Amino acid sequence: MIDIASITSKPVILPTSSRLTAGNRRDHILTRLGVKRGEHRVQPGLYALGNPTPDSPVFVTANYTLSFDALRSSLEGIDGYILVLDTKGINVWCAAGKGTFGTEEIVRRVMITRLGEVVQHRKLILPQLGAPGVAAHEVKKRTGFWVEYGPVRAGDLPEYLKTHQATPEMRRVEFPLRDRLVLIPVDITQTILPTLLAAAVLYFLGGWVSSLAALAAVFAGVVLFPILLPWLPTHNFSTKGFVLGALVALPFAASVFLRHLEWTWYRQLGQALEFLLAMPAVTAFISLNFTGSSTFTSRSGVKREMFAYIPGMAWGFGIGVLLVIVFVIIR
Amino acid sequence: MLNAYEVNTLVYDPELCNGCAMCLAVCPHAVFEMDGRRAVLVHLSACMECGACQKNCIVNAITVESGVGCASAMIHAALTGKKDATCDCV
Repeated sequence: MIDIASITSKPVILPTSSRLTAGNRRDHILTRLGVKRGEHRVQPGLYALGNPTPDSPVFVTANYTLSFDALRSSLEGIDGYILVLDTKGINVWCAAGKGTFGTEEIVRRVMITRLGEVVQHRKLILPQLGAPGVAAHEVKKRTGFWVEYGPVRAGDLPEYLKTHQATPEMRRVEFPLRDRLVLIPVDITQTILPTLLAAAVLYFLGGWVSSLAALAAVFAGVVLFPILLPWLPTHNFSTKGFVLGALVALPFAASVFLRHLEWTWYRQLGQALEFLLAMPAVTAFISLNFTGSSTFTSRSGVKREMFAYIPGMAWGFGIGVLLVIVFVIIR
Repeated sequence: MLNAYEVNTLVYDPELCNGCAMCLAVCPHAVFEMDGRRAVLVHLSACMECGACQKNCIVNAITVESGVGCASAMIHAALTGKKDATCDCV
Protein backbone atom coordinates (compact mmCIF):
# COMPACT_ATOMS: atom_id res chain seq x y z
CA MET A 1 0.00 0.00 0.00
CA ILE A 2 1.25 3.45 -0.84
CA ASP A 3 1.23 6.05 1.88
CA ILE A 4 -0.16 9.10 0.06
CA ALA A 5 0.72 11.44 2.92
CA SER A 6 4.44 10.64 2.67
CA ILE A 7 4.44 11.57 -1.01
CA THR A 8 2.46 14.78 -0.84
CA SER A 9 3.73 16.13 2.47
CA LYS A 10 6.89 18.18 2.86
CA PRO A 11 10.21 16.48 3.63
CA VAL A 12 10.69 15.97 7.37
CA ILE A 13 13.30 18.28 8.86
CA LEU A 14 14.17 17.95 12.54
CA PRO A 15 15.33 20.92 14.60
CA THR A 16 18.70 21.16 16.32
CA SER A 17 21.04 23.84 17.63
CA SER A 18 24.75 24.35 18.10
CA ARG A 19 24.30 24.73 21.84
CA LEU A 20 25.15 21.75 24.05
CA THR A 21 22.91 21.28 27.07
CA ALA A 22 23.83 19.95 30.50
CA GLY A 23 22.11 16.73 29.41
CA ASN A 24 24.39 16.47 26.38
CA ARG A 25 27.46 16.93 28.57
CA ARG A 26 26.24 14.28 30.99
CA ASP A 27 25.77 11.94 28.03
CA HIS A 28 29.35 12.64 26.89
CA ILE A 29 30.73 11.75 30.32
CA LEU A 30 28.73 8.50 30.41
CA THR A 31 29.98 7.68 26.90
CA ARG A 32 33.58 8.20 27.97
CA LEU A 33 32.98 5.94 30.97
CA GLY A 34 31.62 3.20 28.71
CA VAL A 35 28.15 3.28 30.32
CA LYS A 36 25.49 1.82 27.98
CA ARG A 37 27.93 1.47 25.10
CA GLY A 38 26.26 1.55 21.72
CA GLU A 39 23.19 3.31 23.05
CA HIS A 40 24.36 6.89 22.62
CA ARG A 41 22.40 7.42 19.45
CA VAL A 42 20.83 10.27 17.55
CA GLN A 43 17.79 9.70 15.34
CA PRO A 44 19.01 9.45 11.73
CA GLY A 45 17.55 12.02 9.34
CA LEU A 46 17.83 15.61 8.20
CA TYR A 47 18.32 18.38 10.78
CA ALA A 48 18.09 22.14 10.42
CA LEU A 49 20.74 24.14 12.27
CA GLY A 50 19.87 27.82 12.73
CA ASN A 51 17.77 29.16 9.85
CA PRO A 52 19.02 27.40 6.74
CA THR A 53 17.92 28.35 3.21
CA PRO A 54 17.95 26.11 0.11
CA ASP A 55 21.50 27.42 -0.52
CA SER A 56 22.86 26.48 2.92
CA PRO A 57 25.58 23.81 3.19
CA VAL A 58 24.78 20.20 4.08
CA PHE A 59 27.02 18.44 6.59
CA VAL A 60 26.96 14.66 6.93
CA THR A 61 27.68 12.82 10.17
CA ALA A 62 27.11 9.61 12.15
CA ASN A 63 24.25 8.96 14.57
CA TYR A 64 26.60 8.73 17.55
CA THR A 65 25.99 11.52 20.06
CA LEU A 66 29.69 12.44 20.34
CA SER A 67 29.96 12.76 16.53
CA PHE A 68 26.72 14.71 16.08
CA ASP A 69 27.45 16.99 19.05
CA ALA A 70 31.05 17.66 17.95
CA LEU A 71 29.71 18.74 14.55
CA ARG A 72 26.83 20.96 15.64
CA SER A 73 28.73 22.61 18.51
CA SER A 74 31.48 23.52 16.02
CA LEU A 75 28.98 25.24 13.73
CA GLU A 76 27.94 28.04 16.06
CA GLY A 77 26.47 30.96 14.10
CA ILE A 78 26.35 28.95 10.86
CA ASP A 79 23.04 28.12 9.17
CA GLY A 80 23.02 24.73 7.55
CA TYR A 81 21.61 21.22 7.32
CA ILE A 82 22.96 18.16 9.06
CA LEU A 83 22.33 14.79 7.44
CA VAL A 84 22.64 12.13 10.13
CA LEU A 85 23.35 8.65 8.75
CA ASP A 86 22.31 5.49 10.56
CA THR A 87 25.69 4.12 11.66
CA LYS A 88 24.17 2.06 14.52
CA GLY A 89 25.47 4.50 17.13
CA ILE A 90 29.09 4.17 15.98
CA ASN A 91 31.47 7.11 15.37
CA VAL A 92 32.34 8.27 11.85
CA TRP A 93 35.78 6.66 11.46
CA CYS A 94 34.91 3.23 12.89
CA ALA A 95 31.60 3.20 11.00
CA ALA A 96 33.42 4.08 7.77
CA GLY A 97 35.76 1.13 8.39
CA LYS A 98 32.75 -1.16 8.74
CA GLY A 99 30.99 0.44 5.78
CA THR A 100 27.93 1.61 7.76
CA PHE A 101 29.08 5.18 7.21
CA GLY A 102 29.19 4.46 3.52
CA THR A 103 28.03 5.01 -0.01
CA GLU A 104 24.91 2.82 0.39
CA GLU A 105 23.69 4.59 3.52
CA ILE A 106 24.32 8.05 2.04
CA VAL A 107 22.34 7.17 -1.10
CA ARG A 108 19.53 5.75 1.03
CA ARG A 109 19.43 8.67 3.46
CA VAL A 110 19.45 11.27 0.66
CA MET A 111 16.41 9.48 -0.83
CA ILE A 112 14.52 9.03 2.46
CA THR A 113 15.01 12.65 3.55
CA ARG A 114 14.31 13.94 0.00
CA LEU A 115 17.31 16.21 0.40
CA GLY A 116 17.15 17.12 -3.29
CA GLU A 117 13.85 18.93 -2.62
CA VAL A 118 15.19 20.78 0.40
CA VAL A 119 18.36 22.30 -1.07
CA GLN A 120 19.04 23.81 -4.48
CA HIS A 121 22.75 23.00 -4.65
CA ARG A 122 24.16 19.50 -5.06
CA LYS A 123 26.98 19.26 -2.54
CA LEU A 124 27.51 17.21 0.63
CA ILE A 125 30.27 18.08 3.07
CA LEU A 126 31.59 14.89 4.68
CA PRO A 127 34.07 14.49 7.49
CA GLN A 128 37.35 13.34 5.95
CA LEU A 129 37.39 10.27 8.18
CA GLY A 130 34.20 9.04 6.51
CA ALA A 131 36.20 8.40 3.33
CA PRO A 132 37.16 4.74 4.04
CA GLY A 133 33.47 3.86 3.60
CA VAL A 134 32.51 6.27 0.85
CA ALA A 135 33.27 6.35 -2.87
CA ALA A 136 32.67 10.00 -3.74
CA HIS A 137 32.26 9.33 -7.47
CA GLU A 138 29.73 6.60 -6.72
CA VAL A 139 27.61 8.95 -4.57
CA LYS A 140 27.68 11.52 -7.39
CA LYS A 141 26.57 8.96 -9.93
CA ARG A 142 23.69 7.65 -7.81
CA THR A 143 22.35 10.79 -6.12
CA GLY A 144 23.62 13.71 -8.19
CA PHE A 145 25.33 15.11 -5.07
CA TRP A 146 29.03 15.96 -5.12
CA VAL A 147 30.95 14.77 -2.08
CA GLU A 148 33.35 17.26 -0.60
CA TYR A 149 35.65 15.95 2.11
CA GLY A 150 35.94 18.52 4.87
CA PRO A 151 38.56 18.52 7.62
CA VAL A 152 39.26 15.60 9.97
CA ARG A 153 38.13 17.57 13.03
CA ALA A 154 34.76 19.34 13.19
CA GLY A 155 36.47 22.13 15.10
CA ASP A 156 38.30 23.16 11.91
CA LEU A 157 35.03 23.61 9.97
CA PRO A 158 34.55 27.38 10.52
CA GLU A 159 38.05 27.99 9.14
CA TYR A 160 37.52 25.46 6.35
CA LEU A 161 34.22 27.03 5.25
CA LYS A 162 35.94 30.33 4.42
CA THR A 163 37.73 28.82 1.41
CA HIS A 164 36.52 25.17 1.22
CA GLN A 165 40.20 24.25 1.07
CA ALA A 166 41.66 22.14 3.87
CA THR A 167 45.19 22.88 4.99
CA PRO A 168 47.56 19.89 5.33
CA GLU A 169 47.15 20.19 9.13
CA MET A 170 43.36 19.86 8.81
CA ARG A 171 43.85 16.63 6.83
CA ARG A 172 46.22 15.01 9.34
CA VAL A 173 45.13 12.73 12.16
CA GLU A 174 47.22 13.14 15.26
CA PHE A 175 47.02 11.34 18.58
CA PRO A 176 47.78 14.00 21.20
CA LEU A 177 47.85 13.44 24.95
CA ARG A 178 44.34 14.79 25.38
CA ASP A 179 42.90 12.30 22.88
CA ARG A 180 44.76 9.47 24.59
CA LEU A 181 43.64 10.51 28.07
CA VAL A 182 39.91 10.47 27.29
CA LEU A 183 40.18 6.79 26.29
CA ILE A 184 41.48 5.67 29.69
CA PRO A 185 38.19 5.64 31.70
CA VAL A 186 36.48 3.19 29.32
CA ASP A 187 39.42 0.80 29.54
CA ILE A 188 39.39 1.05 33.33
CA THR A 189 35.70 0.17 33.55
CA GLN A 190 36.28 -2.75 31.20
CA THR A 191 39.23 -4.25 33.07
CA ILE A 192 38.43 -3.45 36.70
CA LEU A 193 36.37 -6.55 37.57
CA PRO A 194 38.70 -9.29 36.26
CA THR A 195 41.66 -7.37 37.68
CA LEU A 196 40.19 -7.18 41.19
CA LEU A 197 39.31 -10.86 40.95
CA ALA A 198 42.88 -11.76 39.99
CA ALA A 199 44.22 -9.54 42.77
CA ALA A 200 41.96 -11.30 45.31
CA VAL A 201 43.11 -14.76 44.20
CA LEU A 202 46.78 -13.68 44.29
CA TYR A 203 46.32 -12.29 47.78
CA PHE A 204 45.59 -15.79 49.07
CA LEU A 205 48.35 -17.39 46.99
CA GLY A 206 51.20 -14.97 47.50
CA GLY A 207 50.13 -12.23 49.90
CA TRP A 208 49.54 -8.53 49.39
CA VAL A 209 52.68 -7.95 47.31
CA SER A 210 51.49 -10.41 44.67
CA SER A 211 48.06 -8.84 44.79
CA LEU A 212 49.54 -5.38 44.32
CA ALA A 213 51.68 -6.69 41.44
CA ALA A 214 48.56 -7.69 39.49
CA LEU A 215 47.04 -4.25 40.01
CA ALA A 216 50.30 -2.55 39.01
CA ALA A 217 50.71 -4.57 35.80
CA VAL A 218 47.17 -3.75 34.67
CA PHE A 219 47.49 -0.11 35.75
CA ALA A 220 50.66 0.18 33.67
CA GLY A 221 48.89 -1.16 30.59
CA VAL A 222 45.60 0.67 30.98
CA VAL A 223 46.72 4.04 32.38
CA LEU A 224 50.48 4.56 31.96
CA PHE A 225 50.78 3.11 28.47
CA PRO A 226 48.34 5.52 26.74
CA ILE A 227 49.98 8.47 28.51
CA LEU A 228 53.57 7.45 27.74
CA LEU A 229 52.96 5.98 24.25
CA PRO A 230 55.07 8.42 22.18
CA TRP A 231 57.98 8.34 24.62
CA LEU A 232 58.29 4.59 25.18
CA PRO A 233 61.22 3.10 23.22
CA THR A 234 60.84 0.80 20.16
CA HIS A 235 58.14 0.92 17.46
CA ASN A 236 55.74 -1.85 18.30
CA PHE A 237 53.03 -1.57 20.93
CA SER A 238 53.96 -4.99 22.37
CA THR A 239 57.63 -4.16 22.88
CA LYS A 240 56.75 -0.77 24.32
CA GLY A 241 54.45 -2.64 26.72
CA PHE A 242 57.18 -5.15 27.64
CA VAL A 243 59.56 -2.29 28.46
CA LEU A 244 56.96 -0.50 30.58
CA GLY A 245 55.88 -3.72 32.31
CA ALA A 246 59.49 -4.63 33.11
CA LEU A 247 60.10 -1.21 34.67
CA VAL A 248 57.03 -1.61 36.86
CA ALA A 249 58.05 -5.19 37.77
CA LEU A 250 61.58 -4.25 38.89
CA PRO A 251 60.67 -2.90 42.35
CA PHE A 252 58.52 -5.98 42.98
CA ALA A 253 61.41 -8.29 42.05
CA ALA A 254 63.82 -6.26 44.18
CA SER A 255 61.44 -6.45 47.15
CA VAL A 256 61.74 -10.25 47.15
CA PHE A 257 65.49 -10.05 47.82
CA LEU A 258 65.16 -7.20 50.32
CA ARG A 259 62.27 -8.59 52.34
CA HIS A 260 63.28 -12.25 52.46
CA LEU A 261 66.98 -12.36 53.27
CA GLU A 262 66.46 -15.70 55.03
CA TRP A 263 65.21 -17.52 51.92
CA THR A 264 67.36 -19.87 49.85
CA TRP A 265 68.75 -18.23 46.71
CA TYR A 266 66.62 -20.31 44.36
CA ARG A 267 63.46 -19.35 46.17
CA GLN A 268 64.42 -15.66 46.02
CA LEU A 269 65.26 -15.92 42.33
CA GLY A 270 62.16 -17.96 41.55
CA GLN A 271 59.78 -15.54 43.21
CA ALA A 272 61.52 -12.53 41.64
CA LEU A 273 61.06 -14.23 38.27
CA GLU A 274 57.32 -14.54 38.92
CA PHE A 275 57.12 -10.74 38.79
CA LEU A 276 59.66 -10.28 35.99
CA LEU A 277 57.91 -12.76 33.69
CA ALA A 278 54.20 -12.37 34.38
CA MET A 279 53.94 -8.60 34.85
CA PRO A 280 55.56 -7.48 31.54
CA ALA A 281 53.45 -10.11 29.74
CA VAL A 282 50.22 -8.65 31.15
CA THR A 283 51.23 -5.04 30.47
CA ALA A 284 52.39 -5.90 26.94
CA PHE A 285 49.13 -7.69 26.13
CA ILE A 286 47.03 -4.73 27.26
CA SER A 287 49.35 -2.40 25.33
CA LEU A 288 48.97 -4.50 22.17
CA ASN A 289 45.21 -4.14 22.50
CA PHE A 290 45.58 -0.37 22.50
CA THR A 291 46.40 -0.57 18.77
CA GLY A 292 42.66 -0.46 18.10
CA SER A 293 42.34 2.81 19.98
CA SER A 294 45.31 4.41 18.24
CA THR A 295 44.97 6.43 15.06
CA PHE A 296 47.83 5.03 13.00
CA THR A 297 48.35 1.23 13.23
CA SER A 298 47.79 -0.77 10.05
CA ARG A 299 46.08 -4.14 10.00
CA SER A 300 49.06 -5.96 8.47
CA GLY A 301 51.37 -4.34 11.02
CA VAL A 302 49.22 -5.35 13.98
CA LYS A 303 49.03 -8.87 12.57
CA ARG A 304 52.83 -9.07 12.26
CA GLU A 305 53.16 -7.76 15.77
CA MET A 306 50.67 -10.31 17.13
CA PHE A 307 52.48 -13.26 15.54
CA ALA A 308 55.83 -11.97 16.78
CA TYR A 309 54.99 -11.20 20.40
CA ILE A 310 51.86 -13.02 21.61
CA PRO A 311 53.83 -16.30 22.02
CA GLY A 312 56.33 -14.47 24.25
CA MET A 313 53.50 -13.00 26.31
CA ALA A 314 51.91 -16.43 26.71
CA TRP A 315 55.20 -18.05 27.80
CA GLY A 316 56.05 -15.25 30.22
CA PHE A 317 52.60 -15.28 31.78
CA GLY A 318 52.42 -19.09 31.82
CA ILE A 319 55.80 -19.64 33.48
CA GLY A 320 55.15 -16.78 35.93
CA VAL A 321 51.87 -18.31 37.06
CA LEU A 322 53.45 -21.77 37.19
CA LEU A 323 56.16 -20.43 39.51
CA VAL A 324 53.49 -18.92 41.79
CA ILE A 325 51.80 -22.32 42.04
CA VAL A 326 55.09 -24.19 42.57
CA PHE A 327 56.11 -21.93 45.47
CA VAL A 328 52.66 -22.20 47.05
CA ILE A 329 53.03 -26.01 46.99
CA ILE A 330 56.60 -26.22 48.37
CA ARG A 331 56.05 -23.52 50.99
CA MET B 1 64.50 -4.77 16.42
CA LEU B 2 61.39 -5.58 14.39
CA ASN B 3 59.25 -2.67 13.28
CA ALA B 4 55.97 -4.33 12.34
CA TYR B 5 54.75 -1.12 10.69
CA GLU B 6 57.65 -0.56 8.27
CA VAL B 7 55.86 -2.26 5.39
CA ASN B 8 52.19 -2.66 4.48
CA THR B 9 49.88 -3.70 1.66
CA LEU B 10 49.50 -0.33 -0.11
CA VAL B 11 50.32 -0.53 -3.82
CA TYR B 12 50.11 2.46 -6.15
CA ASP B 13 50.47 2.57 -9.92
CA PRO B 14 51.36 6.15 -10.93
CA GLU B 15 50.85 5.24 -14.60
CA LEU B 16 47.09 5.17 -14.02
CA CYS B 17 46.89 8.44 -12.06
CA ASN B 18 44.62 11.13 -13.53
CA GLY B 19 45.80 13.81 -11.11
CA CYS B 20 42.47 14.34 -9.31
CA ALA B 21 44.29 14.51 -5.94
CA MET B 22 41.46 12.74 -4.15
CA CYS B 23 43.98 10.46 -2.40
CA LEU B 24 45.64 13.51 -0.85
CA ALA B 25 42.27 14.76 0.41
CA VAL B 26 41.23 11.54 2.10
CA CYS B 27 44.55 10.30 3.53
CA PRO B 28 44.87 11.05 7.27
CA HIS B 29 48.63 10.45 7.25
CA ALA B 30 49.86 12.43 4.21
CA VAL B 31 51.06 9.31 2.41
CA PHE B 32 50.65 10.98 -1.02
CA GLU B 33 51.87 14.27 -2.44
CA MET B 34 51.23 15.96 -5.80
CA ASP B 35 54.08 16.29 -8.27
CA GLY B 36 52.71 18.32 -11.13
CA ARG B 37 49.74 16.41 -12.56
CA ARG B 38 50.41 13.20 -10.69
CA ALA B 39 50.15 11.88 -7.16
CA VAL B 40 53.36 10.44 -5.73
CA LEU B 41 53.58 7.90 -2.93
CA VAL B 42 55.97 9.64 -0.55
CA HIS B 43 55.44 8.10 2.89
CA LEU B 44 54.53 4.43 2.53
CA SER B 45 55.31 3.40 6.11
CA ALA B 46 52.84 5.98 7.49
CA CYS B 47 49.95 4.15 5.78
CA MET B 48 47.46 2.62 8.24
CA GLU B 49 45.55 0.69 5.55
CA CYS B 50 42.25 2.48 6.18
CA GLY B 51 41.38 2.08 2.49
CA ALA B 52 40.08 5.62 1.94
CA CYS B 53 42.38 6.29 -1.04
CA GLN B 54 41.51 3.05 -2.81
CA LYS B 55 37.80 3.66 -2.31
CA ASN B 56 37.97 7.18 -3.74
CA CYS B 57 40.39 6.56 -6.61
CA ILE B 58 38.20 6.69 -9.70
CA VAL B 59 40.89 5.16 -11.96
CA ASN B 60 41.72 2.28 -9.57
CA ALA B 61 45.38 3.20 -9.35
CA ILE B 62 45.55 2.22 -5.67
CA THR B 63 45.07 -1.12 -3.97
CA VAL B 64 45.38 -1.83 -0.26
CA GLU B 65 44.16 -4.68 1.91
CA SER B 66 42.18 -2.47 4.23
CA GLY B 67 40.88 -3.48 7.61
CA VAL B 68 40.95 -2.56 11.26
CA GLY B 69 44.43 -2.30 12.78
CA CYS B 70 43.08 -3.54 16.08
CA ALA B 71 44.59 -6.47 17.99
CA SER B 72 41.54 -7.14 20.18
CA ALA B 73 39.29 -7.35 17.11
CA MET B 74 41.65 -9.84 15.46
CA ILE B 75 42.04 -11.89 18.65
CA HIS B 76 38.26 -11.95 19.01
CA ALA B 77 37.90 -13.06 15.37
CA ALA B 78 40.51 -15.78 15.86
CA LEU B 79 38.85 -17.07 19.04
CA THR B 80 35.35 -17.12 17.58
CA GLY B 81 36.47 -18.58 14.26
CA LYS B 82 35.28 -15.59 12.25
CA LYS B 83 37.11 -14.78 9.06
CA ASP B 84 36.82 -11.00 9.12
CA ALA B 85 37.75 -8.95 12.13
CA THR B 86 35.43 -6.03 12.77
CA CYS B 87 35.85 -3.75 15.71
CA ASP B 88 33.05 -3.31 18.22
CA CYS B 89 34.18 0.05 19.51
CA VAL B 90 32.07 3.18 19.52
